[in-house]
Amino acid sequence: MGFAKEFEYFKPTGLKEAVSLLSAHRNTAILAGGTDLVVEIKGGPAAPDVVVDIKGLSELAGISFSGNVLRIGALVTFTQLLQSEVVRQFFPVLQEMAATVASGAVRNRATMAGNICSAVPCMNSGPVMCLYDARVTLFGPRGERTVAARDWFTGVRRTAIQESEILTSIAFPVPAPRQGACFVKLGRYAGEDLAQVLVAVLVLPGHQYRVGFGAVAPVPLRAARIEALLQGKVPDGALIRAAQDLIDIEIAPITDIRAGKEYRLHMAKVMFKRALTAALQRFQGAGPAYGTPLI
Amino acid sequence: MLYEITFILNGEERRLGVQPNETLLDVLRRKLGITSPKVGCERGDCGACTVKLNGLLVKSCLILAVEVNGREVTTIEGLMAKGLTPLQEMFMAKNSFQCGYCAPGMILAADDLLLRNPDPSDHQIKEALAGNLCRCTGYEPIIEAIKAVAANTKASAGQTRGGNNE
Repeated sequence: MGFAKEFEYFKPTGLKEAVSLLSAHRNTAILAGGTDLVVEIKGGPAAPDVVVDIKGLSELAGISFSGNVLRIGALVTFTQLLQSEVVRQFFPVLQEMAATVASGAVRNRATMAGNICSAVPCMNSGPVMCLYDARVTLFGPRGERTVAARDWFTGVRRTAIQESEILTSIAFPVPAPRQGACFVKLGRYAGEDLAQVLVAVLVLPGHQYRVGFGAVAPVPLRAARIEALLQGKVPDGALIRAAQDLIDIEIAPITDIRAGKEYRLHMAKVMFKRALTAALQRFQGAGPAYGTPLI
Repeated sequence: MLYEITFILNGEERRLGVQPNETLLDVLRRKLGITSPKVGCERGDCGACTVKLNGLLVKSCLILAVEVNGREVTTIEGLMAKGLTPLQEMFMAKNSFQCGYCAPGMILAADDLLLRNPDPSDHQIKEALAGNLCRCTGYEPIIEAIKAVAANTKASAGQTRGGNNE
């Protein structure tokens, strides 16, 4: 019980104070929900000497919507995402994704910001973030800066965050007045599990498509070749099969404790077809309700 | 370094010193005599450590004790302070636990579900219990107990409404 690593704990009340603390100490970790960090300190790989709890920073709380952009504060939990009316209205696929994160008690604490900062390949948020070209805002010793989703994930558990920076919010621009999207997660069993494969599809006016994959490469990715293939067309059986064939070169799944790479590759194709079909139906105002399990 | 925390535990104010690397689970069990939350996986997967923090279901193995300063923690000892709850009675009636290790967490999760959704479907019950593992019962008697409590609550609400109409 408990863990061996000793560390100091600070709970700043302002963003500048938080950044000062991170700058002043050498081996620091940021604590929000703690559902990743606490596990990582217990078992390694994390071994901070100083933990900075950012839950006192009220400027990082809350979800807002203005100028056609949804802003999710760093302290927003997955449960809060699921309860947000504005998220339901403009980005229902975010809720579809949030509902599949771990279990209720974890969602009550875990934040989307923490999810994309831990940046494990099977993280739920990554593919949806890439789908919408979300932007990450950071605050650090040199002030504020923004990073685009495509530049955020740089490797397994690696992001564009720099020394002493704190992620303050994630912005999702509304891509068009009308959209249909679908997020599908495959786990070993119903209930709480990490993803074996993640697929996210977005259909936009003018026969535009965005396709994201997660858990099948070191980082979440947009399938540029598949998007180029589908652009401007109404997908029929042949086109979908051609798109599925492209998955062979779009993703790079590995074999690990949760699945073999051949299985992941096969399932990615099955899930892509289902996600695309559902997203198209939802774009037409029909299709399965967001949150309906499709695999 | 010892940090002093003050928080409400099952309705009572408690004050004590904790190390930053003590989890809420540690402190509840070893310093405060609250042994209902159990040590299972210590990774937030099994749910044996489940408690409520400011009314929200959480995994106490993932929370540092310092984080509950100024907050409210509720465990099953608190829920049953005035006697066994309907869920506890029904768990006994339906044989919903064997070794009992998962039971406190399971009952808290069920309590949380019924507060949010008094008439849950089977699917919603299973979803709500997704973070609580049981090695003994196969889950069916747990689900039956929850359904029975929900049905009883619905029935007595119906009776009350009927009474008012007369």
